[in-house]
Amino acid sequence: MSVEGRRLSLLRIRRMVVKELRQLFRDERTKRIIFISPILQLVLFGYAVNTDVHDVATALVDHDRTTESRELVDALTASDYFRVVRTSDRSADLGYALDHGDAAVGLEIPADYGADLLAGRSPAVQLLVDGTNSNKATVAEGYATRIVQQLGVRVAGPAAQQAAAIDMRARAWFNPSLESRVYNVPAVIGVIVLLMCLLLTAMAVVREREVGTLEQLLVSPLSPGELMLGKTIPVAGVALIQLALITAVALLWFHVPLRGSVPALLLAAALFILAGLSFGLLISTISATQQEAFLSMFLFLLPAIILSGFLYPIDTMPAFFQHLTLANPLRHFLEIVRGIFLRGAGLRELWVQFTVLAAMAGAGLAVATARFRRTL
Amino acid sequence: MDVTRLRAIARKEWVQLKRDTRSMILAFVLPLFLLVFFGYAISWDVNDIRLAVLDQDHTQESRELIEAFEASGYFTVEHYLESADDVDGQLVGHRVLGVMWIPPGYAADLAAPGRRAPVQLLLDGSDANTATIALNYADAIAARHGARALLQGRSLTAPISLEARTWYNPNLESRNMIVPALIAVIMSIIAAMLTALTIAREWERGTMEQLASTPVTRLEVVLGKLAPYLAIGLFDVAVTVVAGILLFGTPMNGSVLLLAVLTTLFLIGALGLGIFISAAVKSQVLATQIAMVATYLPAVLLSGFLFDIASMPIVLKGITFLIPARYYVTVTRGIFLKGVGATVLWPQALLMLLYAVLGLTLATRAFRKELDA
Repeated sequence: MSVEGRRLSLLRIRRMVVKELRQLFRDERTKRIIFISPILQLVLFGYAVNTDVHDVATALVDHDRTTESRELVDALTASDYFRVVRTSDRSADLGYALDHGDAAVGLEIPADYGADLLAGRSPAVQLLVDGTNSNKATVAEGYATRIVQQLGVRVAGPAAQQAAAIDMRARAWFNPSLESRVYNVPAVIGVIVLLMCLLLTAMAVVREREVGTLEQLLVSPLSPGELMLGKTIPVAGVALIQLALITAVALLWFHVPLRGSVPALLLAAALFILAGLSFGLLISTISATQQEAFLSMFLFLLPAIILSGFLYPIDTMPAFFQHLTLANPLRHFLEIVRGIFLRGAGLRELWVQFTVLAAMAGAGLAVATARFRRTL
Repeated sequence: MDVTRLRAIARKEWVQLKRDTRSMILAFVLPLFLLVFFGYAISWDVNDIRLAVLDQDHTQESRELIEAFEASGYFTVEHYLESADDVDGQLVGHRVLGVMWIPPGYAADLAAPGRRAPVQLLLDGSDANTATIALNYADAIAARHGARALLQGRSLTAPISLEARTWYNPNLESRNMIVPALIAVIMSIIAAMLTALTIAREWERGTMEQLASTPVTRLEVVLGKLAPYLAIGLFDVAVTVVAGILLFGTPMNGSVLLLAVLTTLFLIGALGLGIFISAAVKSQVLATQIAMVATYLPAVLLSGFLFDIASMPIVLKGITFLIPARYYVTVTRGIFLKGVGATVLWPQALLMLLYAVLGLTLATRAFRKELDA
């Protein structure tokens, strides 16, 4: 290779980028992957990944049938947290409904509930909770306890005010109506951008190798550096467009607030895209066929997503796995994205994540460049 | 149908599979890897909620309230704040999940008859689920502590007491919810990533013509190709079940036989679908990608594995009825946790039987076209 060939020529890179872009957009399937699949995934994740608990199917056995017992049921259902799907006279029906999955909660009001309440004898009502979905069960039980407690204070008057001596006034910042969607939708950006960077980079390089056109490129005056830039610049462009597209849908369709600064978001995205591209290049250097590249990508993405805090909270993981997440660029990017979107955080609060991400992008790029040159 | 020929196809498939290292990793290492990740790493059991406290009262009573929060095991106090100006930074900087603000005069309000002592709890609501659970815990602790502080040991019963009992998973461990349903996810991956390759590979390597020139029938090819994967799948399920019970202490309350039968049905359907996709698109890369979208993603997102179907919007809820993993997750949770049998699970069993028949039919029919062409 001549000395001149080692230097990066802007003209050659531009030609290569144009060729790559043409190749990308000529293929109908690739076009669909680039523009339609992110939106579909966003909508799917936005609606399916939902941990809000409401309208819990409730089976009711009211042995009392008084104004007081109806008041209790009304208090529970008025909140939208519970919905009575079945009423019956026999206690055994609660078990039946839970076994069959017809109801997630069973409420049984004893026969002298109303009389006991009026006489101040503290009646007990029974709540059966289906624990198979532990999260839903925890939340539903919490709601029921709170509603019954508030009703008790209201009904029993001053005597019971004492039971509620502390007035806990809770306010949720950043997400006052506590919708899980607001938390999940911005994070989809990270997952999709990573997926695209890996898929397009690894596949683009490996496809040329499989088809045999990589050799043609090698005998051309392109230097490895130019080849690499030519391959990655179009992908970075596509990833940025997708970022804009997904952000637009998140803001306009899901009404997720964007409280922080857009430049900070762009900076984080640029760093994250660099990291993603270098991982894509690395996968391309260890895969001979597209099939292998796809499998390697899957094996990389799976733990990356599990250990990112995307669907599963990091705070509740065992310490070992929490430490493991620190090595995951997606984790740091998601913290930045959520911080900027929801909490209006900026570089001042998130500088640690920014620094780590920049270091990862730099290291990844260095390793990928070295390996890429060697395998060519 | 000839058993010898069928066995020959199955053997050929197995030999081919054994040579492919990546496939073997997928078949035997990935399930264990998933089990460890999902079983150990993922937990939705909220405890150790990080809290900052701004105590402006500085009394014995306010300290007791803080201690009550710490003693509950759900909250850990990370910082004590000096002034109200620090509250913002704590939450925006994501240093804590909540700030408890005890205003001056708390102890006096608590002692005054008929007056309630206000305490402010500011929560980072971005993760709505964790915030909701934290809120419920805080409410319960405050109510209990308030009553005790006021009565100084005299017992007081709440006007209405709610006796909650949790069935099937009394300690509400998310692990018990995850491990049984994980089988469905593992099976979907096996079906998508392994079977999707099987026929596309023959096309790409040019061995399809050879296969077509032999006297084997379509059904023999499909069943022969299915057999090794069915064996791998059942082996993986067995490993997952045993590991789930021994490592994670997942209760097994139902019949193992029923689980085996229904698992076989689910597997045949999923594998059939994989073979169908493979035969229809003829390219390994495309087949894997389509199979991922058709089986793996729905198994994770739309099966009720982690996200409750009941709280999905109506359109998505409708779509879940088309996802076989949904029925299978109901089955595994039903057998493991609820200990219910065929009397409860027959609708799911019937639908999975339908799925198995559909998968096999699709696979055989897609395959026929190719051999005739």
